[in-house]
Amino acid sequence: MSDVSFSVDRREIFGIIGPNGAGKTTTVECLSGLRVADAGTIRVLGLDPQADRAALRERVGVQLQEGSIPAKIRVGEILDLFAAFYDQPAVPAELLDTLGLADRRHDYVKRLSGGQKQRLSIALALIGNPEIAILDELTTGLDPEARRETWQLIESIRDRGVTVILVTHYMDEAERLCDRVMLVDHGVVVAMDTPAALAARAGGGPHLRFVPSGPVPDLTALPEVTAIEHQGKHVTVTGTGEVVGEVLRALTAAGVEATDVQVKSGSLEDAFVRLTGHGAGGTDGGRQS
Amino acid sequence: MTTAAITRRAHRPASTRKAFIALVRSEARLAWRAPVGLVFGFGLPVMLLVILGSVPALRKPIHPGSTLTLFGEYIPVLIGLVLTLIALVSLPIPLAVYRERGWLRRFSATPVGPSRLLAAQVVVNLVIAAMAIVAILAGGTAYGVRLPSQPAGFVMALVLVTAAMFAIGLLVAAIAGTPQVAGVLGSACLYPMLFFSGLWVPRQDMSPMLQRIGDFTPLGAGMQALQDAMTGQFPTARALLVMAAWAVVFGAAAVRFFRWE
Repeated sequence: MSDVSFSVDRREIFGIIGPNGAGKTTTVECLSGLRVADAGTIRVLGLDPQADRAALRERVGVQLQEGSIPAKIRVGEILDLFAAFYDQPAVPAELLDTLGLADRRHDYVKRLSGGQKQRLSIALALIGNPEIAILDELTTGLDPEARRETWQLIESIRDRGVTVILVTHYMDEAERLCDRVMLVDHGVVVAMDTPAALAARAGGGPHLRFVPSGPVPDLTALPEVTAIEHQGKHVTVTGTGEVVGEVLRALTAAGVEATDVQVKSGSLEDAFVRLTGHGAGGTDGGRQS
Repeated sequence: MTTAAITRRAHRPASTRKAFIALVRSEARLAWRAPVGLVFGFGLPVMLLVILGSVPALRKPIHPGSTLTLFGEYIPVLIGLVLTLIALVSLPIPLAVYRERGWLRRFSATPVGPSRLLAAQVVVNLVIAAMAIVAILAGGTAYGVRLPSQPAGFVMALVLVTAAMFAIGLLVAAIAGTPQVAGVLGSACLYPMLFFSGLWVPRQDMSPMLQRIGDFTPLGAGMQALQDAMTGQFPTARALLVMAAWAVVFGAAAVRFFRWE
């Protein structure tokens, strides 16, 4: 990692996105004091993660990408145990209720589904009543419904006044949840903005995709058009402003009919591909609008 | 899912001691639910004690008029078996599992830290070992073996041999990358050590050279010290020093090489 400068405001969901191996986890490990930064200055809540480790651990909750809870421990037991580690813990029963695990309290951890295990792992990150929660790839391996539930949960955590630092390689997740995102690739910060601003700036604006009935006239003459791509019988036009209407009008004027028309707005995923030069590898499809 | 607000409890300082007690209790519960230490460290030696004790020939005096019996000779050997199985199997394997699954690392992110998890694991295994040793001494008495006539020497030998064996077990836990490696390393140490403790061939029947080698192994020295204390002699300085040296050298190596992740 080099040249990573960023600051996170209180009570925001700050996303760290980037391809696998970009250095996302390394960044949050330095924040949580699990890894010593080779150079640079880190302050979390005004504390140095290395020098003030003890104080920081009371105030920062961490959910790690790896770190499976022993199988033969019950949900209620592990929460009670972790509650004993902190000065002012949350009430375990209330936390389980919030996370929808109240009825699994007496079950062994090994009996939980993937989504429930993730929620328990979030519960352990929140049991100390932290001011900051660092959540690393928490929806990896979850089914779509569990992901959505987890997203709601993260929003409710933020609404309670906790700052959330979310590491993810899912662009839809970052787009949906984050107030701001930082895009990391090859150990450097590529961009940092709100997901919408990043998508608008680097995502290339609206896309129009269609199958023409005949030869397509020269659309590059239109000022709104920035790029044209032919893929088999499909044509994809990218542009700005009223590009969709202008292109359709030009096609009609040339006597060409457009069928199977799809319109997409610029997405974070487009921005990601454009800024890193490769796909996110694991997104659940682009956003349709 | 509800979004009820999480209320803070009234200020309630979580003393380090309180956190540690909770951790020991939790580890004890896990040791009960996955009872490797209880079955091998407690169950197996106690079962052997009952089997050996029911063989009348073993309970006859070795020499006419003497109070020493072959069964009596086996009491320290069984104690050595307890310590070996607990230190080399029951202690390192859960630690290797915790490391492999990132659980030690998860503890690094709590105010408690992973070293306390390791300490809790040591405490739980010491308790299992203590229970087994008490059971063996009590069982031995039931079969007519006298309690150690040198209690101070016996306790001293016991403490040192336990420290030496646990240090070796912790070094195994320190350098084994996976639970499988910990298992292989543990048993690789286990058999030669048990051999020199006299589990299969009584020490006095070994060749002088084997005996000499055995004197410098932790269990060989431990058996000699425990046997001396059982029969009324204070353990030799050499036996005590050998055990202390193993404890210090391997303990320091374990501390030096322990990897938390």
